[in-house]
Amino acid sequence: MSTATEPIDEILKKTYDAGFITDIEQEYAPPGLSEEIVRFISKKKQEPQWLLDWRLKAYRRWLEMKEPTWAKVSYPPIDYQEICYYAAPKSKDDAPKSLDEVDPELLATYEKLGIPLHEREVLAGVAVDAVFDSVSVATTFRDKLAEVGVIFMSFSEAVQKHPELIRQYLGSVVPVSDNFYAALNSAVFSDGSFVYIPKGVRCPMELSTYFRINAANTGQFERTLIIAEEGSYVSYLEGCTAPMRDENQLHAAIVELVAHKDATIKYSTVQNWYPGDENGKGGIFNFVTKRGLCAGERSKISWTQVETGSAITWKYPSCILKGDHSIGEFYSVALSNHRQQADTGTKMIHLGKNTKSTIISKGISAGHGQQTYRGGVKIMRGAENARNYTQCDSLLIGDKCGAHTVPYVDVRNGSSKLEHEATTSRIGDDQLFYCRQRGLAEEDAVSLIVNGFAKEVLKELPMEFAVEAQKLLGVSLEGAVG
Amino acid sequence: MLKIEDLHVEVDGKPILKGINLEINAGEVHAIMGPNGSGKSTLAYVLAGREGYEVTRGSIIYKGLDLLEMAPEIRAAEGIFLGFQYPVAIPGVSNIYFLKAALNAIRKHRGQDPLDAIDFMKLSKEKAAIVELPDELTKRAVNDGFSGGEKKRNEIYQMALLEPALAVLDETDSGLDIDALQVVAKGVNALRGPERAMLVITHYQRLLDYIVPDVVHVLIDGRIVRTGDKNLAKQLEKDGYSEVRNAISP
Repeated sequence: MSTATEPIDEILKKTYDAGFITDIEQEYAPPGLSEEIVRFISKKKQEPQWLLDWRLKAYRRWLEMKEPTWAKVSYPPIDYQEICYYAAPKSKDDAPKSLDEVDPELLATYEKLGIPLHEREVLAGVAVDAVFDSVSVATTFRDKLAEVGVIFMSFSEAVQKHPELIRQYLGSVVPVSDNFYAALNSAVFSDGSFVYIPKGVRCPMELSTYFRINAANTGQFERTLIIAEEGSYVSYLEGCTAPMRDENQLHAAIVELVAHKDATIKYSTVQNWYPGDENGKGGIFNFVTKRGLCAGERSKISWTQVETGSAITWKYPSCILKGDHSIGEFYSVALSNHRQQADTGTKMIHLGKNTKSTIISKGISAGHGQQTYRGGVKIMRGAENARNYTQCDSLLIGDKCGAHTVPYVDVRNGSSKLEHEATTSRIGDDQLFYCRQRGLAEEDAVSLIVNGFAKEVLKELPMEFAVEAQKLLGVSLEGAVG
Repeated sequence: MLKIEDLHVEVDGKPILKGINLEINAGEVHAIMGPNGSGKSTLAYVLAGREGYEVTRGSIIYKGLDLLEMAPEIRAAEGIFLGFQYPVAIPGVSNIYFLKAALNAIRKHRGQDPLDAIDFMKLSKEKAAIVELPDELTKRAVNDGFSGGEKKRNEIYQMALLEPALAVLDETDSGLDIDALQVVAKGVNALRGPERAMLVITHYQRLLDYIVPDVVHVLIDGRIVRTGDKNLAKQLEKDGYSEVRNAISP
């Protein structure tokens, strides 16, 4: 069985379909980070003084902070003075008012990515707030959402139109000094999405944002803020992709969620950023801080992520379960192929009584990929009868990859219950041969096994995206078995 | 249906099969018996197309086609089924989901429309009954946590569903108690037919009391040294392989 790994390697080598570069005039800030740059960004965006002050405070905190080194990822040092912190596509007018006004080349970019806005508008009924590098270029379905009072717009626009909400909630879940990357983002964030669901409203459609990193050497510092008022419901999907480049690009985003009493926020991510080539050249460095606050009683926040891209992933979507009876959920499939490294997991912090959290993590490692689940469950003294269930499973494909599980548990009262289960398995040549003997082509066999493994998580995704994610897992694995 | 001529096979440079000649016609059940290490499983794997088995000489013609040129999944689609000695588990993938995917891949190859879930379930129930496989096992992950007997019954259930032209059963009796053996044999016998050939590989004669072969071959040291009818198996049981071995190399 000497050469048995070859066909699988073939499959794993499939190229990155989203790798193309759009030629649009960019407006750059000069590379480097200084107070001047922070002021430049703020001015460009015509921000109020308080926001500039907030950014500057974050910048000063950042200067005092050190890059964290505890994650199980290794990468060359990042020179923060070489990165451009602002890039916006130039538009003929100030901003496009509708899709018709959007630069056709820009729209073509989305077409190539398979997210034609027109189609999505009509067919899927999804409102897309597309972020091209740093500025939102198109927001759809605004009117329909406005009828029920839902606000869904770019972060910059929200700063202008709803400054009171931004001021109230910005940094309320992820404080500027939370961590190195959060401080950096707070200083230089360029744009992102803002969602506000009023009391008692069930958002009539899935809200979706596609992020895309385009310009070379520009970090992308997105900021998403979602507020769900009492008794409301929203399902939000974030999809990410970036073109193929040799150099590494930095992405440090922040997502803050606030769910008030009886509100539910479902946040799903399909992340397909350029992972680098099979030798580990290029790829996105993804350092993201995502956190949700279950502020009110019986509130619920559910994170679902399918992470197949990026060279480095450093990401722990978390829940602070403050309200009594509140619920936090984390469903994750993370895949590392070639030289990808992912250190991902969640934190569930139980403060309120009878709070409940569920963690289902599925890590898939292939090629030379390294995968770490890092999860923290913290149950505070007042969190009587808190419950946590954690399940983390690892699937290894080939014998050059690695899977690691690092669970932290901190329980401070005697009435809570925690369960933890973990498994590690491997796709072997014998499994593949078994499948092929029954008539399945090798690619289909790998995809079948991986999707079987990830099933529990994929079923949490909104239907249309589950199909997409399933395909993505298959594609990302082309070339991964050994 | 199957014609093997002068087949030589090496594994990691070591000769295992040293000139096999074998012809099986539709409707026939052949048994291959032999001691451990004689090359029985190697023959099964070579027929199914497993990698790592290098054919250094000879040919295998199946339904007039050069079998050795075909990928394992194509062989499956063309009707070759291997009942594994050690069926592997595939956690998270339910038996019926797996088989539906397999059956529809094969149907596609044959230019047939895929079966939908309802038709497939109906077919699955019918076939599971042949080997008394409980409904619950068809829904569990493939071979995951199955007992030895359940795994073998699952193999025959799969065979029944995929309706192969040539079924190769590699030591299907190993690890079975007498009750399970009877169930499995009953399942296999139910699938015998004029269009279907079977190659039953076994170490012991016991299985052949239940699956009565038309032809019995004795495989020793990579060669077929005796061919006869079902009585050859009985004789082997009585005299042991050493008797045959002695007879061929005095």
